[in-house]
Amino acid sequence: MLIEYIAIAVLLVLSTAVALIAVGLGTIFGPQKKSEAKSMPYESGMSPYGEGTRRMPVRFYLIAVLFILFDIEVVFFLPWAVVFRQLTWFGLAEMVIFITILLVGYFYAWKKGALEWE
Amino acid sequence: MVDISYYILLSAVLFTIGAVGVLVRRNPLIIFMSVELMLNAANLAFVSFASMHGSLDGQIFVFFVMTVAAAEVAVGLALIVQIFKSRHSINVDEMNSLKG
Amino acid sequence: MSQYINPSDLTTILPAIVLTVWACALLVADLFIPHERKGWTAVLAALGLVVSLDITLIQAGGTSTGFKGMVTLDGFSTFLNALLLVSGLFGVALAYGYVRRMGLERGEYYTLLLFSVVGMMLMVQASDLIVVFIALELLSIPLYVLAALNVRQIESEEAGLKYFLLGSFSTGFLVYGIALIFGATGSTSYSGIVTAASAGTSSLLLTIGAALLLVGFGFKVAAVPFHMWTPDVYQGAPTSVTAFMSSGAKIAGFAALLRVFALAFPTLTADLTPILAALAALTMIGGNLIAVSQTNIKRLLAYSSIAHAGYILMAFVPYGNPQVMPVSVAAGLFYLVAYAVTNFGAWGVVIALEKQGGKGLEISDYAGLFWKNRPLALAMTVFMLSLIGFPPTIGMVGKFYLFRAVIDGGFVWLAIVGVVTSLISAYYYLRVVVNMFMQEGEPQTGSEFWVNFTWGLTALMTIIISFVPQPLFAWASSAVLRLF
Repeated sequence: MLIEYIAIAVLLVLSTAVALIAVGLGTIFGPQKKSEAKSMPYESGMSPYGEGTRRMPVRFYLIAVLFILFDIEVVFFLPWAVVFRQLTWFGLAEMVIFITILLVGYFYAWKKGALEWE
Repeated sequence: MVDISYYILLSAVLFTIGAVGVLVRRNPLIIFMSVELMLNAANLAFVSFASMHGSLDGQIFVFFVMTVAAAEVAVGLALIVQIFKSRHSINVDEMNSLKG
Repeated sequence: MSQYINPSDLTTILPAIVLTVWACALLVADLFIPHERKGWTAVLAALGLVVSLDITLIQAGGTSTGFKGMVTLDGFSTFLNALLLVSGLFGVALAYGYVRRMGLERGEYYTLLLFSVVGMMLMVQASDLIVVFIALELLSIPLYVLAALNVRQIESEEAGLKYFLLGSFSTGFLVYGIALIFGATGSTSYSGIVTAASAGTSSLLLTIGAALLLVGFGFKVAAVPFHMWTPDVYQGAPTSVTAFMSSGAKIAGFAALLRVFALAFPTLTADLTPILAALAALTMIGGNLIAVSQTNIKRLLAYSSIAHAGYILMAFVPYGNPQVMPVSVAAGLFYLVAYAVTNFGAWGVVIALEKQGGKGLEISDYAGLFWKNRPLALAMTVFMLSLIGFPPTIGMVGKFYLFRAVIDGGFVWLAIVGVVTSLISAYYYLRVVVNMFMQEGEPQTGSEFWVNFTWGLTALMTIIISFVPQPLFAWASSAVLRLF
């Protein structure tokens, strides 16, 4: 029942408390001298320019999508690998078919130039 | 062991948040995230029911839902990027060239 | 062979397997076809559809199940798979010249179309909710892309995005419904669901799951109140895509709906029959009433497609009554054929008149068509009459079977709604006809062989089948008999 999760609750409370105490003690007892240099985003002296959220080139998107598409197939590899010995040649044949279909997609993306950066 | 009904309740809440999100948000990206939330709510329901019934069918279904969701992401993002390129905005309220 | 698979598993879905392999090969082969010869891709795609159709017809009469009861081959699936493959062929024929004229000729068009047909075929054969889900996505995702294919036109992109967002929204409902059904019964196969439901386990969860499933399918077949996307998507998508998806997606959606409800939820008839009846009535009324005010032919046909979803839904209303059920479903199948034939013809005429940049799509653009191109105007008249349900057309025969079955099932009020809405629909369909005959105008028509072939052939079929409907209806009836 829920009682088994009490440890997690204790952990949550303790970690929150530790963080609050560490920051809180510093704010209460530490010396506070405000200056313009200190309130800048980068105290090291670098003056910020441009907007915080920069646009990424759309080329990253294509790579990301191809990554997702080929990456998600791993969910089928893992259970297959676990029972591979029981499946014997049948499992092997299935996986060859599966990978062939993936390779068709890969070949298509390649020939269409989706893997070129420029 | 947490009672199965808590998981189902959580998945129902997530599903409702997702469905409401689709209906009230105006940015296609957020709408799509809400759809993903609905699918993942279903995934949560599947795995908890699977453990309740002691049947693996539900777990397998989750694999398929995840794979299909990835395929949908690829198509959906491609459409959104294409629309952003051609009109520099993706607010669904501005998509009104079709009506009648 | 082995404990995991045997040859009958593969032969059960052989047409779909052949088409999948063909589509993959076509995707690769298309890379080596130069841009000015993309017509070859269309020919190869059509060839694949013909091969698959051949196998489907050779298998006719056989029944088997495969992959531990996940897919079924029976008369029902043979009938609808043949219809879907013919729809695919019409889809290729309409696209062949159209995509070149509109400047969207790409080899992917045909590959995506083939994948979509595979999804539809698997959906018809599915007897497990996992297969239904995967098949539904396999048919939908290519259609999202096809709807947005015309990237230079903002309407097409918008149609693609709207279709995608609402389609995936409905998938969410479908998947959650399946999850609840799995929770209630511990199984996703139709037989497993029935076994558990008959034993009387947690029927509330099962009912909610079935209702969510109905919402998901309602979106796909464009039933009111889940129809909002239809007019926008049908109008924005390239016309050849609209023609294909308005027939194909509907056929597959109704097939899966029927199989799920008849085979998995016979225990829920008391709850589901009123919902189905209300859905059918709302769809007929809503679709026909909004269609009255349309001026764009693509939107008009979109609302007409919604209205026809209502008529077909009517066939499923008495699904819990074993005496009426076979006749009623056979009438539904017959109506699906009637709708597909008429629909492809009507869209073929629209394609013949469409100009670059979305011109030539207003009903006023059809003014004087009869005096300019008589065969085309006469064919359009036949299709409009068939959509109303006026003799001598296949639409009339279809509606006759449908209304008779519904009255036999004891839903006289539903049949009355059907007749009244058909009368309303006469107003807007006949407006197109009146425009063609009575108004002055200078319509310009294209003359692409395969488009002319499509509307010519479907016009002939529309009339000829109305005089000899018996063989087709007998085939539909025998298809249904083996279902149970």
